[in-house]
Formats: sequence, structure tokens, C-alpha cells
Amino acid sequence: MSRGTIVDKIWDAHHVVRGDGGLDLIYIDLHLVHEVTSPQAFEGLRLAGRRVRRPDRTMATIDHNVPTDDPFVIDDPIAKKQIDVLRENCRDFGVPLFDLDSDRRGIVHIIGPELGLTQPGMTIVCGDSHTSTHGAFGALAFGIGTSEVEHVLATQTLWQAPPKTMKVNIVGTRHPAVTAKDIILGLIARFGVSFGRGYIFEYAGNVVREMTMEERMTVCNMSIEAGARAGLIAPDETTFRYLEARPFAPKGAAWEAAKARWAALTSDPDATYDAEVTFDVSDLKPVVTWGTHPGMAATVDGVVPHPDDYVDATERESVRRALEYMALAPGTKISAIEVDYVFIGSCTNGRLEDLRAAARVVERIGGHVHPRVKRALVVPGSKTVKRQAEAEGLDRIFKNAGFEWREPGCSMCLGMNPDIAPPGARVASTSNRNFEGRQGPRARTHLVSPAMAAFAALTGRFADFEESRAVLAAAGGGRGAAV
Amino acid sequence: MQPFDVHTGLVVPLDRANVDTDQIIPKQFLKRVERTGFGQFLFYDWRYLPDGTPNPDFILNQAAYRGATILLTRENFGSGSSREHAPWALADYGFRAVLAPSFADIFYNNAVKNGLLPVVLPKSAIEALFDRAAEGPFEATIDLAAQTVALSDGTTYAFDIHPEHQRRLLRGEDDIAVTERYLASIEAYEAAHPLPPLVK
Ligand code: SF4
Repeated sequence: MSRGTIVDKIWDAHHVVRGDGGLDLIYIDLHLVHEVTSPQAFEGLRLAGRRVRRPDRTMATIDHNVPTDDPFVIDDPIAKKQIDVLRENCRDFGVPLFDLDSDRRGIVHIIGPELGLTQPGMTIVCGDSHTSTHGAFGALAFGIGTSEVEHVLATQTLWQAPPKTMKVNIVGTRHPAVTAKDIILGLIARFGVSFGRGYIFEYAGNVVREMTMEERMTVCNMSIEAGARAGLIAPDETTFRYLEARPFAPKGAAWEAAKARWAALTSDPDATYDAEVTFDVSDLKPVVTWGTHPGMAATVDGVVPHPDDYVDATERESVRRALEYMALAPGTKISAIEVDYVFIGSCTNGRLEDLRAAARVVERIGGHVHPRVKRALVVPGSKTVKRQAEAEGLDRIFKNAGFEWREPGCSMCLGMNPDIAPPGARVASTSNRNFEGRQGPRARTHLVSPAMAAFAALTGRFADFEESRAVLAAAGGGRGAAV
Repeated sequence: MQPFDVHTGLVVPLDRANVDTDQIIPKQFLKRVERTGFGQFLFYDWRYLPDGTPNPDFILNQAAYRGATILLTRENFGSGSSREHAPWALADYGFRAVLAPSFADIFYNNAVKNGLLPVVLPKSAIEALFDRAAEGPFEATIDLAAQTVALSDGTTYAFDIHPEHQRRLLRGEDDIAVTERYLASIEAYEAAHPLPPLVK
């Protein structure tokens, strides 16, 4: 049984009712809402004559559907309707909305942190599985379905089974070409896409401590790809430095008080976890996925595996099917895989640091997007990211090299807006899911870091390890000092 | 929500692991603002060929499985996104239960909230059911109160379910109505933990 962990502490501080039938009713501090998973929830409230209990603790944005060339021109009538319905719902129920014209709009998991809405010790939910991102701040944050969205809107609470915790130690000496994306992909490749099922991760270890907030967000973001509903990291000076002076962070005396409270949010030295794994990154190299789930991945010095490499019959069949879908022959060198599309963005890798890392690779290699690459999209995660990137001139670096510089949104991460890859296209993507059809019907996705995506855009293929050392390391492993 | 108590129906085997919610209901169908009508898009990219005609190779399209109400599948069913459209689509298509060795957490919760019973069976039981399916279509009876899955030949498998999930499914109870009975506790919590408005 988990005891004395940061998760237990947050849980204990949020009980409304304990253990009725084994489920706890916990209070939700922040509820994030977007256009795709909320309409049926608001409709439910309306039908039952209920109101939103804490509109002041609810925040809505538009991200999934919105076109990224001109967000105001929405040709798809159903997408437009979903956006209009969100507006109407926010107006009727008094929920603040970062609308299309707001200079704070963006992907829900990018703007929560960058506006300082996401704070340590909070319980945070959103009708989106990548809500785990906010765990980077030491918040307990997880995705919920639409019925639960309705439940939180109505009651500001949620019934949950008490959490099981898993400590995920990330240790060793990290090669400078290895990014946070490579670490989380490497972890999932090592332990599988469901090792986290039923657990909340607490990431710990020297490598996590040394990470920037942006890197921690990339790692926590993909906890769900390991099956965990949430993943978090104890807050520290890095967290506080990031949050200080953000628009919605506490100010003055309230800031000092909050910081003192947050500093106590660590797991006790004798805390017990329900499970523990350790991942040593010392030998890790940049990672590229070759299959149709995030665990099907190899390092850049590797090759595409053979189905017969797998003992388990179900797994062998999954790999065979994945290679068929991906049109890859076993034994193909990862660095020989040629790409047609490049997507840099998403809540995994659409922050300023990510764009800096990609821009630095573009500058270092020089030249233009490779003729084989039909489109290379850079989609900032939010208006704030876009503004900052432009202030640093990153947009010019990308545009001069032939990338498209877009307006913020989820874009080709899931292709609910017009940004999709055509059937058969092979995409180097900084997003989080390489499921069949994720980026367009029959499109083929390879998940990579921003630095690797930039390399693929300019060379038309993935870097081998020698190139990684030379080029990606120059991008600081995504640690993104200004270009 | 429709209560679940005892259900007998045709079992359709979907022999794949890690079936993700993008496959259950592809994103191009998430733009509706209603809860209904998703069944027609269930497993869309597997069920239909690129030209829009039914894929004869896909199991749900085979005549023998028309009217199936119980889905038999492999581990980690429902991984990926939080979209409740996945259980909506399964239920709207006519499924009442899914049998698998394991489910993704969010999918599991979403299914329970929609009267779609996720039945976790041991791997060996799932294996035996797939073997049974290889011999031809068969029916099963799921008794939620007794926590059993029974075949007509008398073979019975027991399953576990959280008692609270079981209770709510049996009653078909609306979660919000249950919670509203605890309003005094919520108010007491709020009084003891005042939270300043965060978003103004
Ligand atoms: S960027 Fe992708 S993963 Fe993130 S919220 Fe948008 S669609 Fe979901």
C-alpha cells in the first residue's frame, strides 16, 4: 500500500467523502475544458437544470478543431458548430473562455502551465488524456471522460478509487543528444504501453531533477502512453522559478506563502510505493518509433525488428500488422527511413524550448526543407509561445528554410482540423501517438523529438547516431537556450 | 443509464491487443455535439474499405456475427484518448459488454458510466474463449450480480468488479444524483478549504 508519497498527500488533502463503497469523493481545484469532449456534458447539465458549481475554477479553450492557417475561417461546418456550442455553453454557464481572439489561447495543456493556472498540490482534470502533463508541477492531474466532465462541472468533485503509486526512477548520465522525448519513449519501449495501468507515476531520480519544466512536461505528458492516468514530479526550485510572475500565479505575500506550502510537497524518505521501476538513461540514444503504438520504438543506431523476434504470439501478430501498416521491412535501418511530412508541435513538444531546439538544428544544418518532404509544419502550442518565438526570430529561421509557420492548435497531432497527412504519407512527428490513422486515414507516424523532426525535415530521413551526436547535441538535448 | 443485470448475447471475437480509442472511433467522428449516433462509425477504418464499402474481412461485417452484443478481445483494450465517444459507439452499435484480460483505466471508467460492462477475465479464460470462437459463433450469459460469464455448455468464468461500480451498473444510477446526496459534505469541504477564484 502506498503511504507517505506526494500522491497520498495530495489525495488526503482533497477528500470530501472517504471510502463510500471503496470510492473516494475528491475535490477538484482546476477543471480545464475544450470544445471536443464538453458539449454533451453541458447538454446534460442543461437537461437536468444544473449549473456549474465553480466557474471560477473552470477554464475553457479552443484547440482541437481549430484551423492553424486562419483560425477564423472554419470551413468544416461540424467543427464550427462545436466551437460555437462551446462559446454558447461558456456564456450560459459563466465559464471563462480563451476564445479564438484571445492572446492567451492555445492547447489546453500548454496554456494551463504557462499562465500559472497549473500549480503544485492541485487536483486538475480535463476531458483529455494528456492532462497528465500538468503533473510536472507536482499536481495530481488526469484525463476524464465526458460523463466525468459533467460530474465535475455540476459538483466540482469526482468519485475515484484510491490511487496506487509507482515510483519511476530515471537515473544515469544523459548524452547531450538525448531529449526528454527520447527518455519517455525509451521508458515506454523498455517497460511497455501498459505497465502503468492502474498506477499514478511519481518520476524521480537525478535525471528528472536536472530537467527543465518543459522537459518535465514532455515526460509527464506521455505517462498515459505507458498506461498511467497520471504522472507527477515533486516541485522544486525549478518549478518555482518557472511559475513566479506567471499571470495567474499568486503574487507578493501570497506567493511566498504558496511557495512554503509547495516546498513541503515531497514524498517522505520512508514513503512506500505499490511498485517501483528504474530506468538508466546512460546508454540511451535518440529514439524513433517504427510501429503503431508508442512502445514500438528503436534507438537511431537500431533497425526495424522482425516479428519473429517476439516470443509472445499476440505480440508477434501486433508487430507483423504494425510493419504492414507502416510499410517497413524488418531489418531496415532507422536512419534509412525516409519521410514525406514533418510536424513540430502538440502538447508534448509545442513549447518554446522545443521550437528553439528545432530551430537550432535547422540553423546548424542550413539549407532548405528536403525536396522529398512535401510539407513541414511548425505549430506553436499557444499564442504566448508563438509571440515569444517570433520575438526571438525563430519564425524566420523556420520560414526561410521552407517550413510553414502556423497559428496555435492541436493540428496534425490528431488531425481533427484540416492539418492531416494523406494516405500512405510517412510523418516525422513530435506528437505523442502513432496509432493507425492518427494523423489522417492510413497515414504513417514516427514519433520523435523536435530536434530529430527538424533533422528529418532538412535531410528527408532520420539521423544516425553519429549525426545525432554532431547535430542534435548542438540543440542541447532540447534544453533550448535561446538560439 | 441503462441498468445491467443479466445479459445473454452473441460473442464476437476481435483478436487484437491494445485496441486504442482511435480505432474504436476515429477522430473525424468526434465533432458531433450529441451522445447518440456513434454506432455507425464504430471501428470505422477497419469496418470499411477506403471506398466506403464494408470490409468483408472484418469480423463485425460477417453475417454470422450480425447482432453480436458481447465483444471478446485482448489486453489493454481502450488505450489512448479519454474520448467517451468510444463506449458511446460500442453501446450505440449494440454492445452490452466487453470481455478482455485488461482495459485502459479511462476507458474502463467511461464504459461503466454508460452501462457498458467491462469484464476482466484471466488470460487463460480469454484464451479459452478465443479457442471456443474458432469453432464457430457462440452465445454467453453475463450475470453481473453473480459476477459470472456462462456458456451454454455449462462452462462458467468468474470475474471481479469493484463493488461500487457493480452497484451503480445494477441500478443504472446517475452518478451526479448520487453525489448530490453529499452536498453538505462538499459545502463543508469548501468552507474548510477556501479556494480563491483562480480564473477571473
Ligand atoms: S496536442 Fe494532441 S495530444 Fe495534446 S491535447 Fe491536442 S490532440 Fe490531445
